[in-house]
Amino acid sequence: MNAISNAPKLHDCRDAFAATLERLGAENGRVVAVCNDSVGSSKLGGFKSQFPDRLINVGIAEQNMVGVGAGLANGGLLPFVCAAACFLTGRSLEQVKADIAYSNANVKLVGISSGMAYGELGPTHHSIEDFAWTRVLPNLPVIAPCDSIETAAAVEWAATFDGPVFLRLSRVGVPDLLPKDHVFQPGKADLLRDGDAVTLIANGTLTHRMVKAAEILAGEGIEARVLNMATVRPIDVEAVVAAVKDTGAILTAEEHSTYGGLGSAIAEVVVAEAPAPMKILGVPGIFAPTGSAEFLLDEFGMSPAAVAEAAKALIARKSGRG
Amino acid sequence: MQPNDLERIARQIRLRDVQAVYEAGAGHIGGEMSAIDILTALYFRVLRIWPDQPKHPDRDRFVLSKGHVALALYITLAKRGFLPEEEISTFLKPHSRLNGHPNCNKVPGVETNTGPLGHGLPVAVGMAKAAKILSADYHTYVLTGDGEMQEGSNWEAISSAAQFGLNNLTLIIDHNRFQQGASLKETNDLAPFSSKLTSFGWDVTEINGNAMAEIVPALEKRGDRPHCIVAHTNKGHGISFMQDRADWHHRVPNAEQYKIAIAELSEAQS
Repeated sequence: MNAISNAPKLHDCRDAFAATLERLGAENGRVVAVCNDSVGSSKLGGFKSQFPDRLINVGIAEQNMVGVGAGLANGGLLPFVCAAACFLTGRSLEQVKADIAYSNANVKLVGISSGMAYGELGPTHHSIEDFAWTRVLPNLPVIAPCDSIETAAAVEWAATFDGPVFLRLSRVGVPDLLPKDHVFQPGKADLLRDGDAVTLIANGTLTHRMVKAAEILAGEGIEARVLNMATVRPIDVEAVVAAVKDTGAILTAEEHSTYGGLGSAIAEVVVAEAPAPMKILGVPGIFAPTGSAEFLLDEFGMSPAAVAEAAKALIARKSGRG
Repeated sequence: MQPNDLERIARQIRLRDVQAVYEAGAGHIGGEMSAIDILTALYFRVLRIWPDQPKHPDRDRFVLSKGHVALALYITLAKRGFLPEEEISTFLKPHSRLNGHPNCNKVPGVETNTGPLGHGLPVAVGMAKAAKILSADYHTYVLTGDGEMQEGSNWEAISSAAQFGLNNLTLIIDHNRFQQGASLKETNDLAPFSSKLTSFGWDVTEINGNAMAEIVPALEKRGDRPHCIVAHTNKGHGISFMQDRADWHHRVPNAEQYKIAIAELSEAQS
């Protein structure tokens, strides 16, 4: 009973996104929402009832949706284009490249239910490629908030930033980790716990698992640094270099393929600026089997206990004992 | 500006275009020749624009969805005062802002980056929808190729334009009957366009897209629904040996052909 009553409350970050968008919509008549028949799954019902003329539902037509977003921005509006991340980035990637990133259109792309949030629906509905696809595009910050507080702060920031943004949100419940007054700073990692044995870096639904892994390690006398790195592009070079300098090894985890995501972005910095042992956890370059997001994260070695074990193996490599 | 003046300007643009393709050793000359009369009518008669204020919020929007005829747009924009005319000689040269497809962040007057086909019309739908939301009275025009209409994204946009009641949107299809490799008929023949657009809830006007007297009133037409102009044009229009030949999609004239092309266009001018 005690364990249950002590369990942190879990939040669906879509709620924080929707509440923030509604507030922005009330403050600024230029804020519009664009979606692909995804009013419900993007939690745009409240926005629609308050601002019916500013909810643009193009139907099941993602290429058109992204192009329309670019055109709305050209006309002086501030569009938030919301759709399941797998379709927003996969189906309309060329529109994201040419109409949004290359044109530098002031459009906020909001990928809902990213990663393996649609776990049991299978790999067609998983979005474990989107970091890789979007972070190679110039002009486009790529951001995966770790909790409802950071989600609200990132949406707030995106509305003030003059340029495109890709926000990668999940529907999988996560506990609040950041202080209530957190201000989002693009490209800046958040130090959640300090230590000198190893640095654990994650974003999105993985950050809270890293915090728990660090608690397990602490129980064994191993102090790990934990960084929440919501911004995948531009990557926080300074935090990565400092992590190597102070702790000598980096372990990353993400609800994404191990190819081309957060771990890869960090490895690019490590190789160029501060070579050190690294371990990248994620979906190991395969189409995932059937299962919920939580089940699959555990399956791929990202339970807090498994992360702690991987961290110990990495620490051993660091000291040449592995 | 009278049709005769517009025809004179269109001939000057054609001449400069042929010269620039010849000098650059590359370009999409066939589709440029078919579209130049439409571009001329837009920029010298129809569009409400301020070349010294290319981002003026009340400007009419024009999107060149067939971005591969960028050179024709650059020359038109230069002639209209958006950029220096002498800059055309930098076309395709290293670090020139005039590359093979238009860049809105570098070239004044360009609204959105195009190149991959099937992108311009969805963006234009967004522009027209924004005008509706903001009660702005600018009009949005978009020019596509006829082969380009094979891209499915266009039909997503056509459907949504009707759904949104965008009577402030005009789509011009440059119907020159040829795409890069062959005729439409031999490839994936969407013609006739008129009945298809009508069935999607658009008004349609069919014109000779190389005749100024037909182009201008069609562009100025307003109604209750989105408007499509099916502009029947000739690929390579104005140059006898290029006309209606698929292989002149992006061929470059040799010295002899260049001389003939210039002579034909100059003769028409005098």
